[in-house]
Amino acid sequence: MQPAISVAKLSKTYETGFEALKDIDLEIRHGEIFALLGPNGAGKTTLINIICGIVKPGEGRVLADGHDIVSDYRAARSLIGLVPQELTTDAFETVWATVSFSRGLFGKPKNPAYIEKILKDLSLWEKKDSKIMTLSGGMKRRVMIAKALSHEPRILFLDEPSAGVDVELRRDMWEVVRRLRDSGVTIILTTHYIEEAEEMADRVGVINRGQLVLVEEKSVLMRKLGRKELTLQLQQPVDRVPESLSSFSLQLSEDGGELTYVYDTQGERTGITRLFKALEEEGIRFRDLVTTQSSLEEIFVNLVSRRQ
Amino acid sequence: MSMLNLHAVKAIYRFEMARTGRTLLQSVVSPVVSTSLYFVVFGAAIGSRISEVGGVTYGAFIVPGLIMLSLLTQSISNASFAIYFPKFVGTIYELLSAPVSFIEIVMAYVGAAATKSIMIGLIILATAHLFVPLEIQHPVFMLLFLVLTAVTFALLGFIIGIWATNFEKLQLVPLLVVTPLTFLGGSFYSIDMLPPVWQTISHFNPVLYLVSGFRWSFFGQADVSVALSLGMTLVFLAACLAVVWWIFKTGWRIRN
Repeated sequence: MQPAISVAKLSKTYETGFEALKDIDLEIRHGEIFALLGPNGAGKTTLINIICGIVKPGEGRVLADGHDIVSDYRAARSLIGLVPQELTTDAFETVWATVSFSRGLFGKPKNPAYIEKILKDLSLWEKKDSKIMTLSGGMKRRVMIAKALSHEPRILFLDEPSAGVDVELRRDMWEVVRRLRDSGVTIILTTHYIEEAEEMADRVGVINRGQLVLVEEKSVLMRKLGRKELTLQLQQPVDRVPESLSSFSLQLSEDGGELTYVYDTQGERTGITRLFKALEEEGIRFRDLVTTQSSLEEIFVNLVSRRQ
Repeated sequence: MSMLNLHAVKAIYRFEMARTGRTLLQSVVSPVVSTSLYFVVFGAAIGSRISEVGGVTYGAFIVPGLIMLSLLTQSISNASFAIYFPKFVGTIYELLSAPVSFIEIVMAYVGAAATKSIMIGLIILATAHLFVPLEIQHPVFMLLFLVLTAVTFALLGFIIGIWATNFEKLQLVPLLVVTPLTFLGGSFYSIDMLPPVWQTISHFNPVLYLVSGFRWSFFGQADVSVALSLGMTLVFLAACLAVVWWIFKTGWRIRN
């Protein structure tokens, strides 16, 4: 089975000489949610725009479900829906007209029942006859999604879908995205909100300065690169960390009631057993313990800063 | 999807025609009013001092020129605005990411712009009929010139819309090039009325051939032969098509 998206040796240099993408290789599987992370100017939008046909590719090849995006652009593009970063809409059009227009533009015959379903799914049905300029930013974002879904795409690109969207709407949108994935749509999203990727993605790709730094299963990435913190709540507060425990680099809370131990899940040994033994020898007893894992955001910042 | 994405052509065409409906006053009423004013000024006030041009009353003589003037300016402005506006507001992303070929995009945008300007041309013709008696000797040729000219100048407008990077540039060519050429192309006079030097210079004005051919279809008389008029119109059409083809092939000012 062909991957949903296959990018091979893709490079792009703009006329200004700016090298936006360098030798990108990437495969996106059918039915997954793939989050592309990267700082501003990393090349995320350029990559999406090339795949969608908005920017001309430089070197390399891109296939959408086996269809070359240049030589077989009709088949490739008809599979893809795009929600761009900017809220670019036809201000004077009604919601219904603009979504129906998008469906026609992508070569699909009229299907009012399907348009109605999309608008209802996105809580836009009440606004179907409203002009887009009268809608709030969040509603406009929904219209953009409705337009992208109007031709029943199998691959959906969401470029910063939550930009400028309030928390409630963001959660609603995540729900919509999950439903789409459940129906078999492949989703590729770029985001600044690591929380978004952490919440939804199956796999994560990190791009920085035009290069794909890594592609990994989200869970594997978090396990592999994530650090864990073990916090021990002591039965009796202590004034200082005993000398015999110095090798564990423990941090003592201000009130002396908590000890925090940071360990690497990737390491062969976490040192937890040794720590517990050493604590017992020192007569330090604890009443509870909590472990927390580093977030995707921390991992991302680590990765990017390590390469700068 | 068939070889031609007809759904897309229809969607763009309908979208553009719907825009005309929304801006009815600007799109249709305004050219009709301004043309009526031309009749009052040129036909009634000045025309009363000019008896006939080549056996045709001056009021009737200027009708083809007036229609051409509106046809040219409307074709250009409709098409240039239609493609420039999505560029300006950013909605062009959708057009670029859709499975449509440049032929389909041009067919839809130019088709809609030409339709609108032809409609306006016909409305002006009907309006003119209220002012002067008119008889069209070659109606088929009249329609042929009307369609060819509308399509050609809609293509030119499309090129201008892609070339323009701001609203000022959008107005530049129609105001500084097309309108003067139309006025100097025999819209309101026969070039026989000019001194010999200006007659020669006028032959370098492409609009002369359009107006002349169009006028021939009305009255059976023209400044240049109808075959030459038709030939020049087709050459201009081919030149515009070539430029549009090049724009889409290279992605000039559309795709980075």
